[in-house]
Amino acid sequence: MSELMQLTVSGVFTGMLYALLALGFVVVVKGSGVINFSQGEVVVLGAFVMSWLLTDVGMPFWLGIPTTVVVMMLVGAGIERFALRPLQNESMLALVMATIALGSVIRGLVPMIWGDGLRSIPSLIDQRRYEWLGIAIPTITFWSAIMVLILLGAFGFFFSRSRLGLAMQAVSDDRVAAQSLGINIRLVNAVSWAMAGGIAALAGFVWGSLLGVDHRLVVLGALIFPVVILGGLESIVGAVIGGIAVGLVESLSAGYLNDDLGAGFSTVAPLIMLLLVLFVRPYGLFGRPEIERV
Amino acid sequence: MALIAMETGRFHEKYSEEIAVYGTPYRKIWILAVLVVTFVVIPLVASPYWLVVLTLVGIAAVGATGLNVLVGYAGQISLGHAAFAAIGAYTSGLLVSRAEAPFWVAVPVAMVAAGVFSLIFGLASLRVKGLYLAIATLAAQYIVQWILTSWTWITGGFQGIVIFEPIQIGPFDTTTPMGKYLMVFISLALVVVFVENLMRSRSGRAMIAVRDQDIAAAGSAVSPLHYKLLAFFISSAIAGLSGVLYGYNAGLVSTEVFTLALSVQYLAMILVGGLGSIPGSILGAGFITMLPLWLRDLLPAVGIELSASVEVHLLTLLFGVAILLFLVLEPRGLYGLFRNIKDYFRMWPFSY
Repeated sequence: MSELMQLTVSGVFTGMLYALLALGFVVVVKGSGVINFSQGEVVVLGAFVMSWLLTDVGMPFWLGIPTTVVVMMLVGAGIERFALRPLQNESMLALVMATIALGSVIRGLVPMIWGDGLRSIPSLIDQRRYEWLGIAIPTITFWSAIMVLILLGAFGFFFSRSRLGLAMQAVSDDRVAAQSLGINIRLVNAVSWAMAGGIAALAGFVWGSLLGVDHRLVVLGALIFPVVILGGLESIVGAVIGGIAVGLVESLSAGYLNDDLGAGFSTVAPLIMLLLVLFVRPYGLFGRPEIERV
Repeated sequence: MALIAMETGRFHEKYSEEIAVYGTPYRKIWILAVLVVTFVVIPLVASPYWLVVLTLVGIAAVGATGLNVLVGYAGQISLGHAAFAAIGAYTSGLLVSRAEAPFWVAVPVAMVAAGVFSLIFGLASLRVKGLYLAIATLAAQYIVQWILTSWTWITGGFQGIVIFEPIQIGPFDTTTPMGKYLMVFISLALVVVFVENLMRSRSGRAMIAVRDQDIAAAGSAVSPLHYKLLAFFISSAIAGLSGVLYGYNAGLVSTEVFTLALSVQYLAMILVGGLGSIPGSILGAGFITMLPLWLRDLLPAVGIELSASVEVHLLTLLFGVAILLFLVLEPRGLYGLFRNIKDYFRMWPFSY
């Protein structure tokens, strides 16, 4: 029983970190309607920039973290400006291929700049475990999850209350109608990609602290999809719930199924869940089916 | 100067003219020329090195032509074609090595197996509109890679290595570069004929209709789900064939061959070559397959020496850049470029 509790709790907390990965993806869908296959790579880039600024350049945390966020926001806006804006009126297929190509560019560029080795991010808080009723949670995971909650709250507020946030939702809903109402589409697209970059910087910090900074972090990109398919592609609440579900599935299958089904089953279990969700409820728990007319 | 009579377009008066194999007399000559070059000239003059390179191009071209059915004609994206190629390769490899089936049984079975396996993912995602197939096939890619590496009772042995017995029929022998070359290019020719004919048929046109306007297609009694699944099945079966050819060419397959990177390479090939065009798929396969060779030969020639690992990363980078450049500058790919040049000379001295 205590093992089940432990697996559940650590699954929920890890799930919050998956939600952070997915948040960057959701923001881009919300703001520009693009299904971004390169968010995993952008997170890796964020982790490398963070690690470089904090160790090689030697910035303190209070300076290094905001600087990375700003740098990554610029990277995000740059991606929008130079890779996606020229394709504005192209098919969805072209946009997706562009994001896949971007992923390839980042995957090649990062080891060319920083080398192949494993890097690290200095720890902001001492790496211990909180223990409560026999359940242990690493301090990094705990505080990261708290940060994610605050961030998600802030983004939820931004999208439902602020003028720019509402404009972003309008653009993703119907670009032409939004444009005719005087919404600056270019600004909205650029802002959504900049936000995705900033979120990727934070996600890179959190995941880099947990697993070490390495190009293998791109594998995390694949976990974004079960999260967003379950939660609905453009729902922030959905990202949290999807993230927690993925964290739980992964943690529980690591605890109970890996021995029977082969090592590493927990890494593909969320993907199998993704397929099941597509069979049963293709638009996710919180997504709306689209009704279209010719 | 007398004005040369110029064609203003191709106009068909009968339906039979429109679906004719040789739309123009030139086409017959072109096809004949390509066949003669592929099966007579190249085998006679090419050095073993070029035979090996062209064989690799041919294997990639089979996979790319298959993927083009799905992406170019039916308008869906698959990020899991390497996984379906793996299913094909392992099915035929295991059938031959464990069940001792002859290759002419194992290869068709492998293709059907790859197609049927892919339908699990197609059924999950093609019922809804949008890019769900891309996501589901990405999952397929990871799931298949995991199965191949951790279920050793299927693949057997270290790193899932399965040995392919060479095919020997009289003088035809797939242990020699020439045998491999012929095996691959005969397969490619069959695939091209099949896809070309598919696109002249009702099914092919229905796929294009679904790609261009799926609601209108549904209104014309063309079921989008049916034709998307059909395109996906055919495309994955051809990918399976490409996997089989890989196995016979290399003599073995291992789990490291069929990665996500290969799936992305297939997409890059059809994008660089030209979406929805068979010559484009082959050109793109050539471009992407030879990119590492050019990089290896050209960089030292201009005085840049790179270590092997940097070269790999540079290659990854260049893939991405090539895709982006073609998307932005010439979305119709190399084949579109070729058409532009051809049109320029055809219309010369007029601009259009």
